[in-house]
Amino acid sequence: MSTYSSFKSLSRALFLGFRRDKGALFFTVLFPLLFLVIFGGVFGKQSTGKVQVVEIGAVPVLDQAIAHDPSGELRKTVKISRNDDRAAALKKVGKGDADAAVEQSDGKIVVHYSGADQVKSGVVQSVVQQVANSANLAATGRPPTYTVATQQVEDKSIKGINFFTPSLLGWALASAGMFGASQTLVLWRTKGLLRRLRLAPVPIPTVFGARIVVSLGIALGQLAVFLLVAQLPFFGLKLQHAWWMAIPLVICGVLTFLSLGMLVGAWAKTQETAQTVTQLIVLPMAFLGGSFFPLDYAPKWMQAVSYVFPLRYLNEGMLNVMARGLGPASALPQMAILLGIAVVAGGIAARLFRWDAT
Amino acid sequence: MTNTISVHGLRKRYGDVQAVDGVSFEVAEGEFFGILGPNGAGKTTTLEIVEGLREADEGEVALLGLKPWPRNSRLLPRIGVQLQATSFFERLTAREQLRTFGSLYGVSARKADEMLETVGLTEKADERVEKLSGGQAQRLSIACALVHDPELVFLDEPTAALDPQARRNLWDVLRAINTEGRTIVLTTHYMDEAEILCDRVAIMDRGQILEMGPPAALVRGLDAPTRISVASGVLSAEDARRLTGVDEVSDDGVSLVVETRDPSSVVAALAAKDALDGVQIRGATLEDVFLELTGREYRA
Repeated sequence: MSTYSSFKSLSRALFLGFRRDKGALFFTVLFPLLFLVIFGGVFGKQSTGKVQVVEIGAVPVLDQAIAHDPSGELRKTVKISRNDDRAAALKKVGKGDADAAVEQSDGKIVVHYSGADQVKSGVVQSVVQQVANSANLAATGRPPTYTVATQQVEDKSIKGINFFTPSLLGWALASAGMFGASQTLVLWRTKGLLRRLRLAPVPIPTVFGARIVVSLGIALGQLAVFLLVAQLPFFGLKLQHAWWMAIPLVICGVLTFLSLGMLVGAWAKTQETAQTVTQLIVLPMAFLGGSFFPLDYAPKWMQAVSYVFPLRYLNEGMLNVMARGLGPASALPQMAILLGIAVVAGGIAARLFRWDAT
Repeated sequence: MTNTISVHGLRKRYGDVQAVDGVSFEVAEGEFFGILGPNGAGKTTTLEIVEGLREADEGEVALLGLKPWPRNSRLLPRIGVQLQATSFFERLTAREQLRTFGSLYGVSARKADEMLETVGLTEKADERVEKLSGGQAQRLSIACALVHDPELVFLDEPTAALDPQARRNLWDVLRAINTEGRTIVLTTHYMDEAEILCDRVAIMDRGQILEMGPPAALVRGLDAPTRISVASGVLSAEDARRLTGVDEVSDDGVSLVVETRDPSSVVAALAAKDALDGVQIRGATLEDVFLELTGREYRA
């Protein structure tokens, strides 16, 4: 008898069982994806909208500057509209429909702004100031002594979709791994399937191996779906060069969460207990392990607590290689920690393991 | 010839409860052996020790000359076990289920499908196991126990919780399996089931085997009276009492019941009086044996 063919057909049976489980499909794939769509859609866009400026009557300085805007920089930041009624224009600013109203009488330019959005009112003031300065300079007919060139620096604090893709994926993997393992173990024990399998000549590691391989396959599927969706233009995820290290990271993470799930499943007597305890672990872990908000902005105590949760290491490792643009080796410490937790939890689970419910 | 099963002096204790208390029996090749007793008698524990699911505190077990404990992978392909619970993989169809179990024993998909036919589930092949009726699920679980063509089959209360029609169906399946020359060990708390199916039964109570033998021999050994009942009114109780060989007479207004140890002369006498309307003749059953052995009514 070939152990390999038993392994193959067991894996197939277990995968079919998963694919036909609508609840599991929803919670492992669709539900986290929903979060990605919401979080990525709401917080993903980093660019603030254009600044709305109302011209009261003609403001030739501004119009000329926009007409001769070689870099297009001005048109990107400012949107101009015109309203000849002064009172109506000011009312617009007051209500927040426009960020500022500008009027010009000969050499005097007046900016009316509201203090509601300090960033935008600041932008308007500096834009108008700059336009006036350029116009003054041009009026002298002399070339500028100083010019400014700008260059963006890579931002190490990750925001938006670059943060949410790896960290929500981490939560999805933790949830699928832990629920999958704990539920399967309790269900197989209470239904007597474990005893039945024990009386079949197939080696027990083959049975558990098949279960693990199916979980790994599901996890890699989750990874693929997340990456594909997040790279859609709407979300605009840009993967960094060492993103492929996410694959071994995901494998290590899944092994860890399966071990933890087995630990819960080996200990819990009923499915309800297993479910409750797993939820009590997964949800706080997702919050404090940095799946829903970046730990960089979290209070110090929360950052300290996060080190307890294995999910933190998976999230951190994936952020390093997928978003921060660090090299492949940057994920290795996290992988080692995850595997370490997997071995310890798996060991305890094996000690607690019972074949039958009584 | 060595016995297919030989069990000597099994004991197993759970805390304060002596679940199995000195059980010994042997089962010959091809025999249909029943372990009979009320719930909590120790049948299941005995069976689990014999199958190799539990370690006995004391005693020896040999199956086909091999020890089942610790887990013996040379023995496992030769035995088939159907457990009390219907232990299936979730959300598979009957066919997929049986093929998966078959693959654990290296059995081809084609052979697995044939087994589906044997237990009469071909029509339900594409039905998920969760959707099968109690009887169908039981038959599938028996098919899973038989898919690798074992020499020795253990069935733990296979007809528990089935309706009478499904039970009878299953009996036919079990008889057919036994006719193929397989040795079968079955636990049941149904006396009639043991009487009908088994070549030999062991009656268990409180962890011990009280009596063992062919059901008919156990019943005959009782020397219990045969009960002959006829419709009330065809004969008066006084007349009935005067018949030769009658031990006791009772009439509840529906039936007149005559107890006798000489049924042939009583039936002949009743026939001579033309008083056989609605006649029913009931010999002693294993339930009477149980009552005799324990002094208690049998309650499954």
